[in-house]
Amino acid sequence: MEKTEILIIGGGPAGLEAAIHAAGLGAEVTLIERDPFLGGQLTKQTHMFFGSYEQFAGVRGVDIAEKLKKEIEENPKIKVLLNAAVAGIYPDGVVTVSQKNKFLKFKPNRIIVATGAYEKMLPFPNNDLPGICGAGGVQTLMNLYGVLPGQEIVMVGAGNIGLIVSYQLLQAGAKIKAILEASPNIGGYLVHAAKIRRMGVPILTSHSVKEAYGKDFVEGVVVHQLDEKWAPVPGTEERMSCDVLCLAVGLSPLSEILWQAGCEMKWIPELGGHVAVRDEDLLTTVSGLYIAGDVAGVEEASAAMVEGKLAGMAAAESLGYSVEGLLEKKDSARSELAELRAGHSGDKIRGGIDRVERLTRGKVTC
Amino acid sequence: MLANSGYAEIEELSRVIPSKERLAKGAVAIAECLQSIPCNPCNSACKRGAFLAFKDINDLPTVDVERCNGCGLCVSACPGLAIFVVDESFNETEALIKLPYEFLPLPIEGKDVPALDRKGEIVGTARVVKVQNTKTMDRTPVIWIAVPKAMSMIVRNIRP
Repeated sequence: MEKTEILIIGGGPAGLEAAIHAAGLGAEVTLIERDPFLGGQLTKQTHMFFGSYEQFAGVRGVDIAEKLKKEIEENPKIKVLLNAAVAGIYPDGVVTVSQKNKFLKFKPNRIIVATGAYEKMLPFPNNDLPGICGAGGVQTLMNLYGVLPGQEIVMVGAGNIGLIVSYQLLQAGAKIKAILEASPNIGGYLVHAAKIRRMGVPILTSHSVKEAYGKDFVEGVVVHQLDEKWAPVPGTEERMSCDVLCLAVGLSPLSEILWQAGCEMKWIPELGGHVAVRDEDLLTTVSGLYIAGDVAGVEEASAAMVEGKLAGMAAAESLGYSVEGLLEKKDSARSELAELRAGHSGDKIRGGIDRVERLTRGKVTC
Repeated sequence: MLANSGYAEIEELSRVIPSKERLAKGAVAIAECLQSIPCNPCNSACKRGAFLAFKDINDLPTVDVERCNGCGLCVSACPGLAIFVVDESFNETEALIKLPYEFLPLPIEGKDVPALDRKGEIVGTARVVKVQNTKTMDRTPVIWIAVPKAMSMIVRNIRP
Protein backbone atom coordinates (compact mmCIF):
# COMPACT_ATOMS: atom_id res chain seq x y z
CA MET A 1 0.00 0.00 0.00
CA GLU A 2 1.46 3.36 -1.05
CA LYS A 3 0.82 6.42 1.05
CA THR A 4 0.34 9.92 -0.26
CA GLU A 5 -1.40 12.94 1.19
CA ILE A 6 -3.14 14.11 -1.97
CA LEU A 7 -3.71 11.89 -4.98
CA ILE A 8 -4.56 13.77 -8.15
CA ILE A 9 -6.15 11.84 -10.99
CA GLY A 10 -5.37 13.40 -14.36
CA GLY A 11 -2.38 15.48 -15.51
CA GLY A 12 -4.19 17.99 -17.73
CA PRO A 13 -4.56 21.72 -17.08
CA ALA A 14 -6.68 21.23 -13.93
CA GLY A 15 -4.57 18.40 -12.47
CA LEU A 16 -1.28 20.22 -13.09
CA GLU A 17 -2.46 23.40 -11.39
CA ALA A 18 -3.98 21.37 -8.54
CA ALA A 19 -0.66 19.60 -7.96
CA ILE A 20 1.35 22.84 -8.04
CA HIS A 21 -0.97 24.61 -5.62
CA ALA A 22 -1.45 21.72 -3.19
CA ALA A 23 2.32 21.17 -3.06
CA GLY A 24 2.76 24.94 -2.79
CA LEU A 25 1.04 24.78 0.58
CA GLY A 26 3.33 21.96 1.65
CA ALA A 27 1.29 18.81 0.93
CA GLU A 28 2.85 15.65 -0.51
CA VAL A 29 1.20 15.05 -3.88
CA THR A 30 1.03 12.10 -6.25
CA LEU A 31 -0.14 12.93 -9.77
CA ILE A 32 -1.49 10.06 -11.87
CA GLU A 33 -1.57 10.41 -15.67
CA ARG A 34 -2.81 7.84 -18.15
CA ASP A 35 -0.71 9.16 -21.05
CA PRO A 36 3.07 8.84 -21.28
CA PHE A 37 3.34 12.62 -20.81
CA LEU A 38 1.74 15.39 -18.76
CA GLY A 39 -0.31 18.26 -20.16
CA GLY A 40 -3.57 16.70 -21.33
CA GLN A 41 -5.38 18.77 -23.94
CA LEU A 42 -2.87 21.60 -23.53
CA THR A 43 -0.24 19.58 -25.40
CA LYS A 44 -2.13 19.95 -28.68
CA GLN A 45 -3.46 23.46 -28.31
CA THR A 46 -1.34 25.57 -30.62
CA HIS A 47 -3.55 28.66 -30.40
CA MET A 48 -3.07 31.56 -28.02
CA PHE A 49 -5.26 31.43 -24.92
CA PHE A 50 -7.89 34.00 -24.05
CA GLY A 51 -8.54 35.19 -20.52
CA SER A 52 -6.24 37.45 -18.55
CA TYR A 53 -2.61 37.41 -17.45
CA GLU A 54 -3.42 35.08 -14.50
CA GLN A 55 -4.66 32.43 -16.92
CA PHE A 56 -1.73 32.87 -19.34
CA ALA A 57 -3.73 34.90 -21.88
CA GLY A 58 -1.86 35.31 -25.16
CA VAL A 59 0.28 32.21 -24.48
CA ARG A 60 -0.22 29.08 -26.60
CA GLY A 61 -1.64 26.06 -24.78
CA VAL A 62 1.33 23.90 -25.70
CA ASP A 63 3.68 26.44 -24.08
CA ILE A 64 1.51 26.61 -20.95
CA ALA A 65 1.86 22.82 -20.66
CA GLU A 66 5.67 23.12 -20.79
CA LYS A 67 5.69 25.85 -18.16
CA LEU A 68 3.49 23.88 -15.75
CA LYS A 69 5.39 20.63 -16.41
CA LYS A 70 8.65 22.34 -15.52
CA GLU A 71 7.21 23.63 -12.24
CA ILE A 72 6.03 20.10 -11.39
CA GLU A 73 9.37 18.51 -12.24
CA GLU A 74 11.20 21.00 -10.04
CA ASN A 75 8.92 20.46 -7.06
CA PRO A 76 10.20 17.65 -4.80
CA LYS A 77 6.79 17.40 -3.11
CA ILE A 78 5.14 16.15 -6.32
CA LYS A 79 5.56 12.57 -7.49
CA VAL A 80 4.36 11.87 -11.04
CA LEU A 81 3.18 8.49 -12.31
CA LEU A 82 2.87 8.33 -16.09
CA ASN A 83 1.23 5.56 -18.15
CA ALA A 84 -0.92 5.01 -15.09
CA ALA A 85 -4.70 4.60 -15.08
CA VAL A 86 -6.87 4.70 -11.99
CA ALA A 87 -9.03 1.60 -11.83
CA GLY A 88 -11.23 2.36 -8.85
CA ILE A 89 -11.89 4.26 -5.65
CA TYR A 90 -13.07 1.98 -2.83
CA PRO A 91 -15.19 2.68 0.27
CA ASP A 92 -12.17 2.24 2.56
CA GLY A 93 -10.44 5.07 0.67
CA VAL A 94 -8.12 2.83 -1.33
CA VAL A 95 -7.42 3.90 -4.90
CA THR A 96 -6.18 1.24 -7.31
CA VAL A 97 -3.92 2.16 -10.19
CA SER A 98 -2.74 0.10 -13.12
CA GLN A 99 0.64 1.17 -14.45
CA LYS A 100 2.06 -0.87 -17.33
CA ASN A 101 2.10 -4.38 -15.83
CA LYS A 102 1.96 -3.24 -12.23
CA PHE A 103 -1.10 -2.96 -10.04
CA LEU A 104 -0.67 -0.32 -7.34
CA LYS A 105 -2.74 0.50 -4.29
CA PHE A 106 -2.79 3.96 -2.77
CA LYS A 107 -4.24 5.16 0.51
CA PRO A 108 -4.42 8.93 0.05
CA ASN A 109 -5.78 11.39 2.60
CA ARG A 110 -7.41 13.46 -0.12
CA ILE A 111 -8.29 12.85 -3.79
CA ILE A 112 -8.68 15.40 -6.57
CA VAL A 113 -10.38 14.03 -9.67
CA ALA A 114 -9.34 15.96 -12.79
CA THR A 115 -10.07 13.37 -15.46
CA GLY A 116 -11.37 15.80 -18.08
CA ALA A 117 -14.01 14.95 -20.66
CA TYR A 118 -14.68 12.75 -23.66
CA GLU A 119 -16.04 13.60 -27.09
CA LYS A 120 -19.71 13.18 -27.86
CA MET A 121 -20.84 11.18 -30.88
CA LEU A 122 -23.58 12.09 -33.32
CA PRO A 123 -26.13 9.50 -34.49
CA PHE A 124 -26.63 9.31 -38.27
CA PRO A 125 -26.59 6.48 -40.84
CA ASN A 126 -23.08 5.13 -41.59
CA ASN A 127 -21.45 7.02 -38.74
CA ASP A 128 -19.22 3.99 -38.20
CA LEU A 129 -17.37 4.37 -41.52
CA PRO A 130 -13.60 4.73 -41.16
CA GLY A 131 -12.63 8.37 -41.63
CA ILE A 132 -15.36 9.66 -39.35
CA CYS A 133 -13.60 10.87 -36.24
CA GLY A 134 -13.84 13.14 -33.28
CA ALA A 135 -12.21 16.56 -33.66
CA GLY A 136 -10.13 15.97 -30.55
CA GLY A 137 -8.89 12.72 -32.04
CA VAL A 138 -7.93 14.49 -35.26
CA GLN A 139 -6.12 17.14 -33.22
CA THR A 140 -4.16 14.43 -31.37
CA LEU A 141 -3.16 12.70 -34.61
CA MET A 142 -2.16 15.97 -36.21
CA ASN A 143 -0.53 17.97 -33.42
CA LEU A 144 0.97 15.21 -31.28
CA TYR A 145 1.90 12.60 -33.86
CA GLY A 146 2.29 14.67 -37.01
CA VAL A 147 -0.29 12.67 -38.96
CA LEU A 148 -2.77 14.48 -41.18
CA PRO A 149 -5.80 12.18 -41.31
CA GLY A 150 -7.12 13.40 -44.66
CA GLN A 151 -7.06 16.07 -47.34
CA GLU A 152 -10.70 17.10 -47.70
CA ILE A 153 -12.49 17.60 -44.44
CA VAL A 154 -16.07 18.32 -43.47
CA MET A 155 -16.32 19.58 -39.90
CA VAL A 156 -19.50 19.19 -37.88
CA GLY A 157 -19.88 21.75 -35.11
CA ALA A 158 -18.94 25.43 -34.94
CA GLY A 159 -18.15 25.53 -31.25
CA ASN A 160 -14.63 26.47 -30.21
CA ILE A 161 -13.24 22.98 -30.78
CA GLY A 162 -14.72 22.69 -34.29
CA LEU A 163 -13.43 26.15 -35.20
CA ILE A 164 -9.96 25.70 -33.73
CA VAL A 165 -9.39 22.23 -35.17
CA SER A 166 -10.58 23.48 -38.60
CA TYR A 167 -8.04 26.29 -38.41
CA GLN A 168 -5.26 23.90 -37.45
CA LEU A 169 -6.23 21.54 -40.29
CA LEU A 170 -5.91 24.50 -42.67
CA GLN A 171 -2.50 25.29 -41.19
CA ALA A 172 -1.50 21.66 -41.77
CA GLY A 173 -2.47 21.98 -45.43
CA ALA A 174 -5.85 20.25 -45.54
CA LYS A 175 -8.90 21.70 -47.25
CA ILE A 176 -12.01 22.30 -45.14
CA LYS A 177 -15.03 21.86 -47.41
CA ALA A 178 -17.41 23.37 -44.85
CA ILE A 179 -18.16 23.67 -41.18
CA LEU A 180 -21.72 22.53 -40.44
CA GLU A 181 -23.56 23.88 -37.42
CA ALA A 182 -27.06 22.72 -36.51
CA SER A 183 -27.82 25.80 -34.47
CA PRO A 184 -28.75 29.06 -36.25
CA ASN A 185 -25.71 30.73 -34.69
CA ILE A 186 -22.02 29.96 -34.33
CA GLY A 187 -21.40 28.61 -30.82
CA GLY A 188 -17.65 29.26 -30.56
CA TYR A 189 -15.87 32.58 -30.24
CA LEU A 190 -16.65 34.74 -33.28
CA VAL A 191 -13.00 35.78 -33.62
CA HIS A 192 -12.14 32.11 -34.25
CA ALA A 193 -14.98 31.91 -36.79
CA ALA A 194 -13.82 35.08 -38.55
CA LYS A 195 -10.24 33.88 -38.99
CA ILE A 196 -11.44 30.64 -40.63
CA ARG A 197 -14.06 32.37 -42.73
CA ARG A 198 -11.47 34.77 -44.18
CA MET A 199 -9.50 31.70 -45.34
CA GLY A 200 -12.57 30.98 -47.50
CA VAL A 201 -14.16 28.23 -45.40
CA PRO A 202 -17.97 28.36 -45.46
CA ILE A 203 -19.63 28.09 -42.06
CA LEU A 204 -23.11 26.71 -42.71
CA THR A 205 -25.34 27.42 -39.72
CA SER A 206 -28.72 25.61 -39.50
CA HIS A 207 -27.12 22.71 -41.37
CA SER A 208 -26.38 19.17 -40.29
CA VAL A 209 -25.34 15.74 -41.50
CA LYS A 210 -28.15 13.58 -42.82
CA GLU A 211 -25.94 10.60 -43.52
CA ALA A 212 -22.45 9.61 -44.55
CA TYR A 213 -21.69 7.49 -47.59
CA GLY A 214 -18.76 5.43 -48.80
CA LYS A 215 -17.85 1.81 -49.44
CA ASP A 216 -14.87 0.97 -47.23
CA PHE A 217 -14.14 4.47 -46.05
CA VAL A 218 -16.11 7.70 -45.81
CA GLU A 219 -16.37 9.26 -49.28
CA GLY A 220 -18.75 12.05 -48.45
CA VAL A 221 -21.76 13.26 -46.54
CA VAL A 222 -25.29 14.26 -47.34
CA VAL A 223 -25.86 17.63 -45.77
CA HIS A 224 -29.28 19.11 -45.14
CA GLN A 225 -30.66 22.35 -43.84
CA LEU A 226 -32.55 22.57 -40.54
CA ASP A 227 -35.46 24.88 -39.74
CA GLU A 228 -35.78 26.98 -36.59
CA LYS A 229 -37.04 23.91 -34.70
CA TRP A 230 -33.98 21.93 -35.85
CA ALA A 231 -36.16 19.78 -38.14
CA PRO A 232 -34.67 18.89 -41.57
CA VAL A 233 -36.01 20.97 -44.46
CA PRO A 234 -37.05 18.53 -47.22
CA GLY A 235 -35.38 19.05 -50.58
CA THR A 236 -32.29 20.74 -49.17
CA GLU A 237 -30.09 17.61 -49.28
CA GLU A 238 -26.73 18.13 -50.87
CA ARG A 239 -23.82 15.74 -51.34
CA MET A 240 -20.43 16.92 -50.21
CA SER A 241 -17.39 14.72 -50.87
CA CYS A 242 -14.74 14.34 -48.17
CA ASP A 243 -12.18 11.86 -46.89
CA VAL A 244 -12.58 12.84 -43.25
CA LEU A 245 -15.75 13.77 -41.46
CA CYS A 246 -14.76 15.42 -38.25
CA LEU A 247 -17.24 15.61 -35.36
CA ALA A 248 -16.96 18.46 -32.87
CA VAL A 249 -20.35 18.16 -31.24
CA GLY A 250 -19.43 18.72 -27.64
CA LEU A 251 -17.81 17.05 -24.69
CA SER A 252 -19.11 15.12 -21.70
CA PRO A 253 -17.44 15.00 -18.29
CA LEU A 254 -15.42 11.81 -17.82
CA SER A 255 -17.06 11.08 -14.50
CA GLU A 256 -17.26 7.27 -14.16
CA ILE A 257 -14.82 7.30 -11.27
CA LEU A 258 -17.03 9.78 -9.40
CA TRP A 259 -20.09 7.55 -9.80
CA GLN A 260 -18.05 4.63 -8.58
CA ALA A 261 -16.82 6.60 -5.57
CA GLY A 262 -20.44 7.35 -4.66
CA CYS A 263 -20.54 11.09 -5.33
CA GLU A 264 -23.99 12.62 -5.62
CA MET A 265 -24.35 13.33 -9.35
CA LYS A 266 -26.68 15.65 -11.23
CA TRP A 267 -27.62 15.86 -14.89
CA ILE A 268 -26.67 19.36 -15.99
CA PRO A 269 -26.76 19.63 -19.81
CA GLU A 270 -25.14 23.09 -19.70
CA LEU A 271 -22.05 21.48 -18.15
CA GLY A 272 -21.99 18.61 -20.65
CA GLY A 273 -23.81 15.85 -18.77
CA HIS A 274 -23.56 14.28 -15.33
CA VAL A 275 -21.45 16.23 -12.87
CA ALA A 276 -20.84 15.89 -9.16
CA VAL A 277 -22.53 18.15 -6.62
CA ARG A 278 -19.79 20.27 -5.02
CA ASP A 279 -19.25 23.13 -2.60
CA GLU A 280 -17.35 26.37 -3.23
CA ASP A 281 -14.06 24.52 -2.53
CA LEU A 282 -14.93 21.95 -5.24
CA LEU A 283 -15.40 19.30 -2.54
CA THR A 284 -17.93 16.65 -3.60
CA THR A 285 -20.42 14.89 -1.31
CA VAL A 286 -17.79 12.17 -0.70
CA SER A 287 -15.55 13.18 2.17
CA GLY A 288 -12.06 14.25 1.01
CA LEU A 289 -12.87 13.95 -2.71
CA TYR A 290 -12.48 17.11 -4.79
CA ILE A 291 -13.06 17.78 -8.50
CA ALA A 292 -11.53 20.24 -10.97
CA GLY A 293 -11.59 20.94 -14.69
CA ASP A 294 -13.88 19.50 -17.36
CA VAL A 295 -15.01 16.61 -15.14
CA ALA A 296 -16.61 19.27 -12.92
CA GLY A 297 -18.36 20.78 -15.96
CA VAL A 298 -17.09 21.32 -19.50
CA GLU A 299 -15.55 24.78 -19.93
CA GLU A 300 -12.47 26.40 -21.45
CA ALA A 301 -9.03 25.24 -20.29
CA SER A 302 -8.50 28.63 -18.62
CA ALA A 303 -11.33 27.84 -16.19
CA ALA A 304 -9.98 24.30 -15.69
CA MET A 305 -6.64 25.73 -14.56
CA VAL A 306 -8.28 28.07 -12.06
CA GLU A 307 -10.46 25.26 -10.69
CA GLY A 308 -7.31 23.16 -10.29
CA LYS A 309 -5.67 25.96 -8.35
CA LEU A 310 -8.68 26.26 -6.06
CA ALA A 311 -9.17 22.51 -5.47
CA GLY A 312 -5.44 22.05 -4.86
CA MET A 313 -5.35 24.79 -2.23
CA ALA A 314 -8.59 23.62 -0.61
CA ALA A 315 -7.48 19.98 -0.37
CA ALA A 316 -4.14 20.95 1.20
CA GLU A 317 -5.85 23.37 3.55
CA SER A 318 -8.21 20.64 4.76
CA LEU A 319 -5.10 18.67 5.80
CA GLY A 320 -3.99 21.54 7.99
CA TYR A 321 -1.55 23.19 5.56
CA SER A 322 -1.66 26.91 5.13
CA VAL A 323 0.21 29.91 3.80
CA GLU A 324 -0.15 33.57 4.50
CA GLY A 325 -3.17 35.02 2.75
CA LEU A 326 -4.65 31.63 1.84
CA LEU A 327 -8.24 32.81 2.19
CA GLU A 328 -7.56 35.75 -0.13
CA LYS A 329 -5.83 33.45 -2.62
CA LYS A 330 -8.83 31.14 -2.70
CA ASP A 331 -11.22 34.07 -3.02
CA SER A 332 -9.15 35.51 -5.83
CA ALA A 333 -9.34 32.15 -7.68
CA ARG A 334 -13.12 32.24 -7.23
CA SER A 335 -13.21 35.78 -8.60
CA GLU A 336 -11.12 34.69 -11.59
CA LEU A 337 -13.69 31.97 -12.27
CA ALA A 338 -16.55 34.45 -11.89
CA GLU A 339 -14.81 36.77 -14.38
CA LEU A 340 -14.20 34.02 -16.92
CA ARG A 341 -17.87 33.08 -16.71
CA ALA A 342 -19.20 36.62 -16.57
CA GLY A 343 -19.70 37.39 -20.25
CA HIS A 344 -22.52 36.34 -22.52
CA SER A 345 -20.52 33.25 -23.50
CA GLY A 346 -20.60 32.18 -19.83
CA ASP A 347 -24.39 32.39 -19.40
CA LYS A 348 -24.94 28.64 -19.75
CA ILE A 349 -22.00 27.73 -17.53
CA ARG A 350 -23.20 30.04 -14.76
CA GLY A 351 -26.72 28.64 -14.96
CA GLY A 352 -25.37 25.09 -14.77
CA ILE A 353 -23.05 25.75 -11.86
CA ASP A 354 -25.78 27.47 -9.87
CA ARG A 355 -27.72 24.20 -9.96
CA VAL A 356 -24.91 21.95 -8.82
CA GLU A 357 -22.98 24.05 -6.35
CA ARG A 358 -24.04 23.85 -2.69
CA LEU A 359 -22.62 26.87 -1.02
CA THR A 360 -21.64 26.62 2.60
CA ARG A 361 -20.38 30.17 3.06
CA GLY A 362 -22.72 32.26 0.90
CA LYS A 363 -22.18 33.38 -2.64
CA VAL A 364 -18.89 34.92 -3.74
CA THR A 365 -19.18 37.87 -6.04
CA CYS A 366 -16.36 39.73 -7.68
CA MET B 1 -23.98 38.56 -40.07
CA LEU B 2 -20.90 37.63 -38.08
CA ALA B 3 -22.88 35.49 -35.62
CA ASN B 4 -24.25 33.12 -38.25
CA SER B 5 -21.76 33.31 -41.12
CA GLY B 6 -18.40 34.09 -39.51
CA TYR B 7 -17.91 37.35 -41.40
CA ALA B 8 -18.88 40.79 -40.21
CA GLU B 9 -20.82 43.05 -42.55
CA ILE B 10 -19.44 46.56 -42.80
CA GLU B 11 -22.41 47.91 -40.78
CA GLU B 12 -21.51 45.61 -37.89
CA LEU B 13 -18.05 47.13 -37.89
CA SER B 14 -19.16 50.76 -37.66
CA ARG B 15 -18.35 50.79 -33.92
CA VAL B 16 -14.70 49.93 -34.52
CA ILE B 17 -13.85 51.78 -37.74
CA PRO B 18 -12.17 55.15 -37.07
CA SER B 19 -13.42 58.35 -38.67
CA LYS B 20 -12.40 59.26 -42.22
CA GLU B 21 -10.32 62.12 -40.83
CA ARG B 22 -8.41 59.87 -38.44
CA LEU B 23 -7.84 57.27 -41.16
CA ALA B 24 -6.46 59.94 -43.48
CA LYS B 25 -3.94 60.98 -40.82
CA GLY B 26 -2.14 57.64 -40.81
CA ALA B 27 -1.78 54.20 -39.29
CA VAL B 28 -4.35 53.13 -36.72
CA ALA B 29 -5.41 49.83 -35.13
CA ILE B 30 -8.86 48.43 -35.85
CA ALA B 31 -9.98 45.74 -33.39
CA GLU B 32 -12.60 43.66 -35.20
CA CYS B 33 -13.58 42.14 -31.88
CA LEU B 34 -17.36 42.34 -31.70
CA GLN B 35 -18.34 39.70 -29.18
CA SER B 36 -17.91 39.96 -25.45
CA ILE B 37 -15.48 37.20 -24.38
CA PRO B 38 -13.11 37.04 -21.40
CA CYS B 39 -9.90 38.34 -22.99
CA ASN B 40 -7.60 41.35 -22.53
CA PRO B 41 -4.07 40.91 -24.00
CA CYS B 42 -4.58 43.84 -26.43
CA ASN B 43 -4.75 46.15 -23.44
CA SER B 44 -1.47 44.90 -21.97
CA ALA B 45 0.32 44.68 -25.34
CA CYS B 46 -0.07 48.39 -26.09
CA LYS B 47 2.85 50.46 -24.83
CA ARG B 48 0.99 53.72 -25.47
CA GLY B 49 -2.13 52.89 -23.50
CA ALA B 50 -4.24 53.17 -26.63
CA PHE B 51 -6.45 50.24 -25.64
CA LEU B 52 -8.66 51.74 -22.93
CA ALA B 53 -8.54 49.98 -19.57
CA PHE B 54 -10.98 47.09 -19.15
CA LYS B 55 -13.46 47.45 -16.29
CA ASP B 56 -14.42 43.83 -16.81
CA ILE B 57 -12.34 41.28 -18.69
CA ASN B 58 -15.40 40.65 -20.88
CA ASP B 59 -15.48 44.25 -22.13
CA LEU B 60 -14.99 44.87 -25.84
CA PRO B 61 -11.72 46.63 -26.64
CA THR B 62 -11.87 50.35 -27.39
CA VAL B 63 -9.00 51.99 -29.25
CA ASP B 64 -8.15 55.56 -28.35
CA VAL B 65 -7.38 56.56 -31.93
CA GLU B 66 -5.52 59.68 -30.85
CA ARG B 67 -3.03 57.66 -28.78
CA CYS B 68 -2.68 54.82 -31.31
CA ASN B 69 0.16 55.24 -33.79
CA GLY B 70 -0.52 51.99 -35.63
CA CYS B 71 2.72 50.30 -34.50
CA GLY B 72 1.02 46.89 -34.74
CA LEU B 73 2.24 45.33 -31.46
CA CYS B 74 -1.37 44.38 -30.71
CA VAL B 75 -1.79 42.59 -34.06
CA SER B 76 0.26 39.55 -33.07
CA ALA B 77 -0.74 39.77 -29.40
CA CYS B 78 -4.48 39.34 -30.02
CA PRO B 79 -5.38 35.67 -29.36
CA GLY B 80 -8.33 36.04 -31.72
CA LEU B 81 -6.20 37.45 -34.57
CA ALA B 82 -8.86 40.13 -34.82
CA ILE B 83 -6.75 43.30 -34.90
CA PHE B 84 -5.60 44.97 -38.10
CA VAL B 85 -3.69 48.19 -38.69
CA VAL B 86 -4.77 50.39 -41.59
CA ASP B 87 -2.70 53.30 -42.90
CA GLU B 88 -4.52 55.32 -45.54
CA SER B 89 -1.67 57.84 -45.71
CA PHE B 90 0.72 55.18 -47.07
CA ASN B 91 0.96 56.83 -50.49
CA GLU B 92 -1.17 58.64 -53.06
CA THR B 93 -3.12 55.64 -54.26
CA GLU B 94 -2.56 52.82 -51.80
CA ALA B 95 -3.38 52.01 -48.18
CA LEU B 96 -1.16 49.83 -46.04
CA ILE B 97 -2.74 46.98 -44.06
CA LYS B 98 -0.91 45.04 -41.34
CA LEU B 99 -2.54 41.67 -40.74
CA PRO B 100 -1.79 38.57 -38.65
CA TYR B 101 -0.91 35.53 -40.73
CA GLU B 102 -0.15 32.08 -39.26
CA PHE B 103 0.32 30.01 -42.42
CA LEU B 104 3.32 28.61 -44.24
CA PRO B 105 4.87 29.41 -46.61
CA LEU B 106 5.04 33.04 -45.60
CA PRO B 107 4.54 35.47 -48.48
CA ILE B 108 7.61 37.05 -50.09
CA GLU B 109 8.28 40.77 -49.74
CA GLY B 110 7.79 42.68 -52.97
CA LYS B 111 5.56 40.01 -54.56
CA ASP B 112 1.93 40.48 -55.58
CA VAL B 113 -0.54 38.11 -53.91
CA PRO B 114 -4.31 37.61 -54.13
CA ALA B 115 -6.11 39.87 -51.64
CA LEU B 116 -9.06 38.32 -49.80
CA ASP B 117 -12.02 39.87 -48.02
CA ARG B 118 -13.59 38.73 -44.74
CA LYS B 119 -15.34 35.89 -46.58
CA GLY B 120 -12.05 34.66 -48.02
CA GLU B 121 -13.08 35.67 -51.53
CA ILE B 122 -10.46 37.15 -53.85
CA VAL B 123 -11.23 40.82 -54.33
CA GLY B 124 -8.02 42.05 -55.94
CA THR B 125 -4.26 42.05 -55.67
CA ALA B 126 -2.07 43.11 -52.76
CA ARG B 127 1.65 43.89 -52.80
CA VAL B 128 3.57 42.38 -49.90
CA VAL B 129 5.52 45.26 -48.37
CA LYS B 130 7.00 43.57 -45.35
CA VAL B 131 6.94 40.27 -43.46
CA GLN B 132 7.53 40.70 -39.72
CA ASN B 133 8.25 37.55 -37.75
CA THR B 134 10.15 38.43 -34.61
CA LYS B 135 10.55 36.42 -31.42
CA THR B 136 8.13 38.74 -29.58
CA MET B 137 5.48 37.93 -32.16
CA ASP B 138 5.63 34.32 -30.93
CA ARG B 139 4.78 32.59 -34.22
CA THR B 140 2.08 35.03 -35.28
CA PRO B 141 3.82 36.85 -38.13
CA VAL B 142 2.47 40.23 -39.22
CA ILE B 143 2.26 40.86 -42.96
CA TRP B 144 2.24 44.41 -44.35
CA ILE B 145 0.39 44.68 -47.63
CA ALA B 146 -0.40 47.60 -49.92
CA VAL B 147 -3.84 47.69 -51.54
CA PRO B 148 -5.75 50.36 -53.50
CA LYS B 149 -7.13 52.88 -50.99
CA ALA B 150 -10.74 51.96 -51.75
CA MET B 151 -10.00 48.41 -50.52
CA SER B 152 -8.64 49.37 -47.10
CA MET B 153 -11.78 48.24 -45.24
CA ILE B 154 -12.44 45.25 -47.49
CA VAL B 155 -9.16 43.33 -47.66
CA ARG B 156 -8.40 41.30 -44.52
CA ASN B 157 -6.38 38.34 -45.73
CA ILE B 158 -4.04 37.15 -48.45
CA ARG B 159 -3.24 33.93 -50.24
CA PRO B 160 0.50 33.59 -50.89
